Amino acid sequence: MLKLESVSKSYKHRGRVVNALDDVSLEIGKGEFVSIMGPSGSGKSTFLLLLGGMLTPSRGKVHLGGVSVYDLAPAARAELRRQRLGFVFQSYNLVPYLTALENVQVPLFLAGLSGDRQRERARQLLDRVGLGDRMDHKPAELSGGQQQRVALARMLANDPEVILADEPTGNLDPETSGMILDFLQSLHREGRTILMVTHDPRASAYAHKSLRLAEGRISSNGAQPKIHPCPSTDTRVEHQI
Amino acid sequence: MAVARELDALGTNILILPKSASMQDYYSADMQEEEIPEEYVTTLSTSDLSGLDNLSPKLSVPLELEGRRFILTGILPKNEFKAKMAWQGAGIFARPEGCGTVVDLPLAGVAPAPGEPAQRRIIEDLGESELLVGHDMAGELGITEGQSFTLMGKAFQVKAILPMTGTVDDARAFAHLHTLQALAGKGAVINAIEIVGCCEQISKGLVQKINQLLPEAKVVTISQIVATQVNTNHMMARLSLLFLVIMVLVGGASIANYMYANVYERRREIGTLMALGAGPKLVLQVFLLKALLLGVGGGVAGFFLGSAAALWLGPRIAGVPVLPMPILAFWALVVAIAIALAASFFPARRAARLDPSVALQEV
Ligand SMILES: Nc1ncnc2c1ncn2[C@@H]1O[C@H](COP(=O)(O)OP(=O)(O)OP(=O)(O)O)[C@@H](O)[C@H]1O
Ligand SMILES: [Mg+2]
Repeated sequence: MLKLESVSKSYKHRGRVVNALDDVSLEIGKGEFVSIMGPSGSGKSTFLLLLGGMLTPSRGKVHLGGVSVYDLAPAARAELRRQRLGFVFQSYNLVPYLTALENVQVPLFLAGLSGDRQRERARQLLDRVGLGDRMDHKPAELSGGQQQRVALARMLANDPEVILADEPTGNLDPETSGMILDFLQSLHREGRTILMVTHDPRASAYAHKSLRLAEGRISSNGAQPKIHPCPSTDTRVEHQI
Repeated sequence: MAVARELDALGTNILILPKSASMQDYYSADMQEEEIPEEYVTTLSTSDLSGLDNLSPKLSVPLELEGRRFILTGILPKNEFKAKMAWQGAGIFARPEGCGTVVDLPLAGVAPAPGEPAQRRIIEDLGESELLVGHDMAGELGITEGQSFTLMGKAFQVKAILPMTGTVDDARAFAHLHTLQALAGKGAVINAIEIVGCCEQISKGLVQKINQLLPEAKVVTISQIVATQVNTNHMMARLSLLFLVIMVLVGGASIANYMYANVYERRREIGTLMALGAGPKLVLQVFLLKALLLGVGGGVAGFFLGSAAALWLGPRIAGVPVLPMPILAFWALVVAIAIALAASFFPARRAARLDPSVALQEV
């Protein structure tokens, strides 16, 4: 599904070159749930952005489903993101002056749906993340967990094959984190490929595979020791996600 | 040019005014605070100057009737009418023709005795208590010909309503100079003498000769007044152009600056949109649309505010009534939209070219 061929990314910062990612080659199969861990500054976010077609690598190629992402024109790459990729951010990145419903409508608008179809689908998605009664709230009028759920609904709008989540629970308390992670797990069960950056071992436990990044290199690549193969099943039912 | 045309129609080409008179405006020229003695007319008409075709002494006083301002002007009628070609339509007098050398004009039925001062001989036509009323003034006060009308406490007989001239004369009434002098209690004074001078003589130094004869007065030619006014108008036109250029530059710079700042502030939003699949084209469109709205809003607001300011300030500052010009709405819109689009294009293109990740880097 996803393939990196000796990908490097270096930033120039105040005249100094920072190697955020250093010659990484890797393959991720369809339907995998992979967690990415590592110390701060090890290149995790850079890795995810490169995979998501949002950051041109300094060297190497990134393939998504057989397409070399950075050989596409910017407009085609944007279209690829819209059709096949879903992002979840630590800081949600909702548009502050739009309501929850309107935020979820954005990708549907980009897909060219009519206003009515946009609203109908956005309502379904917000219902799915349990926010049917918060549709008219602006992000500032929602809790952190609720904002992240709006972001999840928005990410799901165009039914992405691949979900890239950068510390999706980084700003949330353990219980709310559990809710979000359960939701990601259910999305994984639908057959989606998920890559998730996290600092939290409990979050990492949801994944089936874990990558460790250190100083821009993959240092360990192996099967996830299954600590909690199916954690807190009862909580999940309770949250109805 | 309108002023020149009007002055041409008047036929007058030399003005004798008090020393302090300003030359900004022909029409304020005969509404001076200061006065000159009526004797000057005699001095001129008995002088040996040649090329003086007609002399019209005038005294004007402001009047307020029914809340409107009018002017009552005292004239020595025959000369006044000779000088004013605009009133030909009244059919009473013919316009003066040629460039005669005589000050003493032959008057209907009255043979002038040689050596008699000109003013005596030209009094007869407008009676002591007769009044000529300007077109607008008659219309607004409901005055009709032959009616009796009381002005400044004196009953006048309205001899004629003057045809429209399109000048301030329409809001003016004319009475006999000596009647007005008596009513105003001013004695034998006047504000101005209008002269129809022979062009040839003017070029031979007629003005200087009059100046020598009347050293206490100011002698000007109409062309000087016109030149002054044309100069003022040119300067105003150039100033307006300068202001326009400055405003366009300042406006364009502030829109460009605003759009740059706006793009910077909203880089996270842009990044999010692009992460969700918005292409560079859409981002460019969003910002150009915003610029378009900004331009339309600015143009419409600018036109209405500008017109309102001109309507309000025009009469107060420049003393000119201003009418709103709808064609300016079109230009305001076109210029504002053009500036907004031009000033937004580069920031918008910059936004469209942003790497989505750049916008989303969590700092
Ligand atoms: N835009 C940039 N310009 C310069 N250097 C950058 C830029 N973005 C990232 N870096 C550098 O690249 C390295 C990797 O950054 P990255 O954000 O990928 O780390 P991370 O693993 O996500 O860290 P964290 O866990 O704190 O989010 C860091 O050393 C960082 O300083
Ligand atoms: Mg990071």
